[in-house]
Parts: sequence; C-alpha cells; structure tokens
Amino acid sequence: MPVLLELRGICKSFPGVKANDNVDLQVASGEIHALLGENGAGKTTLMNCIYGLYTPDAGQIFWEGREVKINSIRDAINLGIGMVHQHFMLVHNFTVLENIMLGLPSRKEPFLDKGKVAREVRKLMEAYSLYVDLDAQIWQLPVGLQQRVEILKALYRKARLLILDEPTAVLTPGEVKELFHILRQLVAQGYAVIFITHKLDEVMAIADRITVLRDGRVVKTLEAKAADKKMLARLMVGRDIAYEKPKTSATPGEEVLRVENLQALDNKGLPALRGVSFTIRRGEILGIAGVAGNGQTELAEVLTGLRKATGGKVFFKGQEITNWNPRALYELNIAHIPEDRQRVGLIMDFSVKENTLLGVYYRWPFAKGIQMNHSVIHEHAVKLIQEYGIRTPGPEAKVRFLSGGNQQKLILARELSRKPELLIAVQPTRGLDIGATEFVHQQILLQREQGTAILYISTELDEIMKLSDRIAVFYKGEIMGILEPHKTDIETLGLLMAGAQRLETN
Amino acid sequence: MPDKLLGWLKSFQREGLSSILTPVFGIIFGLTVAAVVIIQQGVSPLEAYRELFLGAFGDLGSFTFTLLRFIPLAFTGLAVTLAYRGGVFNIGAEGQLYVAALASTWVGIYPLQGPAFIHVFLALLVGMIAGAFWAFIPGYLKATRGINEILTTILMNYVAINLVGLAVNTFLMEPGQSAPQSPTILESARLPIILPGTFLHAGFLLVFVLAWLVYWVLWHTTWGYEIRSVGANREAACYGGINVKRVMILTMTASGALASLAGSSEILGVQYRLLENFMVGYGYDAIAIALLGGLHPLGTLVAALFFGALRNGANSMQIAVGVPVSIVYVIQALAVLSIIATVAIRNIYFRLAFKKEGR
Repeated sequence: MPVLLELRGICKSFPGVKANDNVDLQVASGEIHALLGENGAGKTTLMNCIYGLYTPDAGQIFWEGREVKINSIRDAINLGIGMVHQHFMLVHNFTVLENIMLGLPSRKEPFLDKGKVAREVRKLMEAYSLYVDLDAQIWQLPVGLQQRVEILKALYRKARLLILDEPTAVLTPGEVKELFHILRQLVAQGYAVIFITHKLDEVMAIADRITVLRDGRVVKTLEAKAADKKMLARLMVGRDIAYEKPKTSATPGEEVLRVENLQALDNKGLPALRGVSFTIRRGEILGIAGVAGNGQTELAEVLTGLRKATGGKVFFKGQEITNWNPRALYELNIAHIPEDRQRVGLIMDFSVKENTLLGVYYRWPFAKGIQMNHSVIHEHAVKLIQEYGIRTPGPEAKVRFLSGGNQQKLILARELSRKPELLIAVQPTRGLDIGATEFVHQQILLQREQGTAILYISTELDEIMKLSDRIAVFYKGEIMGILEPHKTDIETLGLLMAGAQRLETN
Repeated sequence: MPDKLLGWLKSFQREGLSSILTPVFGIIFGLTVAAVVIIQQGVSPLEAYRELFLGAFGDLGSFTFTLLRFIPLAFTGLAVTLAYRGGVFNIGAEGQLYVAALASTWVGIYPLQGPAFIHVFLALLVGMIAGAFWAFIPGYLKATRGINEILTTILMNYVAINLVGLAVNTFLMEPGQSAPQSPTILESARLPIILPGTFLHAGFLLVFVLAWLVYWVLWHTTWGYEIRSVGANREAACYGGINVKRVMILTMTASGALASLAGSSEILGVQYRLLENFMVGYGYDAIAIALLGGLHPLGTLVAALFFGALRNGANSMQIAVGVPVSIVYVIQALAVLSIIATVAIRNIYFRLAFKKEGR
C-alpha cells in the first residue's frame, strides 16, 4: 500500500517541555493506524502539527512522497486531511446539512446551494452507509450521530486521511461497534485513518498498525497482529503495571444514602432525572454507568446541593436532605469529587494552600471568628501534600501550574482527609494517566474499607466493573437496571446503556 | 462576554511585592514614552518632569494639594479594587460618591447638639449608607436577576449626578442665593485639619486605615476568602459552600461605601459645600488606578498618588516650560496601557506554555 503521509523527525517544544521529540510516523492508504499513548505523551500535539494548528520546530512532512508545509487548517484540508476532534466542532442549532456546508464556498454566492450539497452528501452517505438525517439540528442527535456528521464533514471536504481524536470516549459499546464498522469500510476503499486513543482494547480491536508514544518520543511502531495488551501497556507506561488489584469482598453496613424518585432539570430546563431511586450502604461502592449526558452529572449536583431537585426525596442516614445547600451537606460530612476539577473542584488562580481550604475555610482551626489562621493552614497544606504525594513546588504555588494528576490528588486530599461518610465521585480519573488513575482507584477502595459509602460515576466501563459492588445503569435520566459486576458482562451493560432493554429493579 | 472580561481581568491581580512593583513599572514606562512626545514639543523632558515634580511635591503647599487629590482617588480606587476582587465591576464609583456627597452635605448643614466629632462621624456615616445603597442596587440586580452591573452602575451614575444637580437647585439650595449651590456645612461637621497651616484633612489618615482594612479583610479573614473565591471562580465557590449571591451583593455594597468616602471627604474636608459637578471623573479614573495598582490595595495607593501628583503638577509644568497639561493624560494612559500589554504578553506566554497539556 502506498504511503500517504510521512513524518520525519518532527520536534515541537513549548516553554519548559518537549512535546514532540524527533517523531517519525508513516501512514499508508488503506490502514488504520493507532496512535497510542498516555495523556501528555504528545499525541494531540503531533496531530495538531499535521492539521496545521501548530508549526513544528523541526522535521519534515511528506504527503504522497512530496514534502509539504502545513501552515493552517486550510492547508491541511486542501491536502485531504480531515480531523474529528474529541469535542465536536459543530454548531448546535444548525442542521446537519448546514454544518457540513459551513465555511465552504457556495456555487451560488451569495446564496447557499443546499440542494446540490444535499445530493452530493447523500451520495457519500450511500457509499459508506453513513446515514444521518440532513435536516435534523445537531442538538437533536445523539452523540454517536454527531460524530458521524463530523466524519461526513471531513469526507465532503475530500479528506483521504481521517484523524480521530479519542473517538470512543463519548460512545456506548454499541456505537463503538458501528464506528469501527464505518472505519473498516473507509479503509477498504483506500482511505487512511489515524486513531488516537489510550485504550488498549480498542487498539487491539481496530488497528492495523500501532505507534506508541511516550514523553513525546516514538517508543515503537508495530503490526497489531504482533502485539498484545500487556506488551502495549508496558511500552506505553515504560514499566510493568500491576493490572488487577484484588478487591476485598464487600461488607456493607447500614444504609447511608437513600434516593427516592428523584427528578431534576438540566441547564436547558429539560428533564435530566426522571425518577431515580437507589440506596448506598456503609462500605459499599455503587457505580453509575452510562454514556455521558444521561443525567449522571445532574444526579451528582442534586446530591451535593449544586442543583435543585424538582421532585423526589433524598435521605442521609434517615434524615431528609432534599435540596439542602452545599454547606449544610458538607457539614453532614458528604464529600464531592466533581466532574470538572478545573472549573468546579479547584480555583485555578489560588495557591495549593488556599485550595485545601475550599469548604472548610470558615471552621476552627483554620479560622477563629472571621480571622484566618495562616500558620495552621500552612501546616495543614504541607501535611496533605506529603500524605498524598502531591507534586508541587510548594504550598504557595498556584494550582494552575500543577499537572492534571496532581490537581486531582489535591482534590482527593482535601475531600478524603476529612473522612467522609458519603463520597460522591464523578469521573475522578478522567484525563489522568495510568499511574494517577491507579492512585485514585486505590484511594477510593481504601475509603470503602474504612466504611465510606461511595457513589462512583464514570463513563469508563472497565473502571465501573473493577470498583463497583453494584452497578446502576443510567439512560436518559432513568436507571435501566441495578446489577452486580460479577454476575454481568460488558455486553449486557452496553445494551442497558443504549436504552435497548430494561431490567426489573428491586 | 462579562465572564470573558472577568477571566481576562483576573490576570491583572497582583499580590505581595509585585503589587507595588507593577504600578512603579507602569509609571516609569509612561514617563519614558511620554518623554518622546515632550521632545517633539522642543522641550527637554527632564526639565518638564522636574517642573512636574516640583509642582506636585516641591513645597509643603503643593505637596498637600497633591495629597488632597490623592485622597478621593485612593478611596474610589480601593472601591473598584475590592469589587474587582469579588468579581463585580463597579463602574459606578462616580455615582456613589455623588450621592454620598449629597447625603453628607445634608447632614452637615443642620446644627447638631453634642460634641463636634459626632457631627462629622454622622455626616460620614450617612454618606456611606447612601453610597452603599447606590451600589447595593446594581449588586442585588446582578446577583438575583443576572443584570449586567456594568450597565446598571453607569446608568446610575447619571441618576446620581443629576440628583445632585436637582438638590442644589431646589431643596438644598442656599437660601437667598441664585447660584446652584448648597449652604456651607457647619464647623462641627468638618473634617479636622491634621497639618496646621495646610489644607490636609483627616481623610488622609482614613485612606490608610481603609486600605489596610481592605487588605486585612481580603487576605486575613474568611470574608476575604469568600470574596476572592467568588471573584476567581463562582462555580468553585458555590461548590465550596459559599453563598455566591450574598457575597456578590455584600462586596458591591462595601465597594459603594468605600467610594462614598471620596465624595464625603471632599465635601467635609475641602469644599465645605455641595456644587453641581463638584468633582468630575474621579469614579472613572478609579478604574485605571485599580488596574495600574494590580488590583491590590497597596498598589492602588501608589497608583492614586501618581495620578494625584500628575494632576497637581501639570499646571506648573505648563507655566514653566509650556508643555500642555494634557500630556499628563498621555502619561496616565501609557502607564495603564503598559500594564495591559504586560498582562497580554504574560497571557500569551502562558497559553503557549499550557498547550503542552494537550487541551
């Protein structure tokens, strides 16, 4: 197969870090090339160099054997490179067709030529069985279909190389299967695909060749047939990782949280929770599985006082706490690891020290009356930094300058150090590398052993299966079923997550 | 849009030593670049600046006049700084100081039994209540109704200014006079002169007390932690159990109380009677002063002194070497611009540095 894109010795530095160091990469027509690496390994930077968002400091890019300079996204598109970003670049209140046309010259300037474009797009849809309703507005479509629109958009712009950045992060297992099917069809017709991911299973399932990146360098490029998961993990992390940590069997105690028929609205005022009921007991982890955006975020917000419930009741140790404010809930010793750590969980412009105070700043011994006790606060921060191994230049350093993993450690330190009775953790490992993920998992399991009741919300099924004592599956604001991880499998969960069936709940 | 503005303004905030170095750097830059303009006029900038300096600090008289300009600028600067830290833009210091001056005058012209200091104190207090109330309204509308406080404060400035105009033409007009001015306030309501033989009044000391208070509240109390949290990240503040709306309203109210002192101290310490347009632009200058001062109380004082000195020294510079007064506005603008430019450069640098994070 002819080589379509070749990178030779690509280097890209940012102040203080070498994001890409002498990277070589060859992508041939008709192959799915997986780019594997942890967060911060330089995958996205490399793709941004190809897509014209960054200019490499050194190195050459060849397109069909010819050296090219890609100075802008327009250059990349003109060459035939299309990118599907992790966060879709779609206008939500435009129709599918309008999104596909967006930014392209029209043959009927200054008017749009919708009819012609629609015919051409339909041809594409038929050719690759990529069906979407062209007149639907984006917000009406599920995420899987939105992704299709992105792919169609790239194909309509005559892309021959598709770059997909973590495309499965937002999909159900069923949608992942469909995506893989589409990608297979595309490469069979001579397209090339670069598939960026950090998930080993997906790489094994879809890739023809795999390039592993670590610390900005290519560790190895190999045929997928010659690879196995264990070896890829080692290449990716640079050391052996303990895969399964034996989890002690559950010894749940008395009931801590009871949720009855809970209802709430989302930010647009549409129902996000439609009558959710469950309980969590001491020393138990209830995992909430589901595709992002099915009401999990709203559930966590209602339980922590950040969103008002419109119906139903919440009880904490027998006491009704529906719609209490965040501080009152905090004082009941309910801890919250929020989904968006940079926007909600931390104040990025505050120091590490000041961030350890969030929620407790007004309490003795941190404050006496209205005056803050800076020496106690300082000691407390130093203690947390040591206990949780937070890598920071010091307690006075701004949180903005910490890595994602260390930011999350800081939140864990703050929330867990007060020995919560109920912990609500929302996607606590999102965006973290394997080491930091492992740390978070250990801390969560440790809390469970100490008798904390834990609500663990995640879109990563592996994680849910590994940590949970029971799993509740969310779909469109309802619980489709509550099951036990050792009595179920990913397929069953996948069907529930897609809303295809519902289990009778007890 | 206001959120974007807020995020951008955040990078002006300075703490510790850099809160003083920032305005000093800006001032040096402003003076340096303005020197080029002065050379264009055929005047040696060194000579012009010497006259400017002498005009502002040359003898006790001119020095105290500089300080008299400094006092209201410092109060309004502190007001804007406090509000910024709490994430609200108080563009209404002008209006707040006008209603405060009106209220203080009103109290000041009526005789009061009892010791003199009670009369002054009462006049200041009523002024503060008026200023605080004038700021409470936009604060309340912003917190509970989401109405942009930039618009409401600006609009309320006009209301306040015209209210003063109305007052001195009607119910507060000096009896038997046709000029739009209030009667003079009584001796007992005047701020005492603290340096005999000059016009320097006790408001000067009050500036430092309040600057220290603002500093202490912001960095050494739980209130300050709440204010700064709300200013830095409203969602995180809410997550941390802070009543964001209440903090926003109270911050704005306190800011109005600070701004009120600019108007009240001017009436009770300098002018002794209320006139239409008795001080123009001090509320708007405060915004530049707060930015130049790195949104820190200490830096704000430095910046306010600089602004005061420029205003006061400009005339003698014009008389001595013929450089027009308006050059000081050029210097002011350049100083503020240099701060904005450094912040922009810093932001660009950090944005590049953080692209490595892969987001």
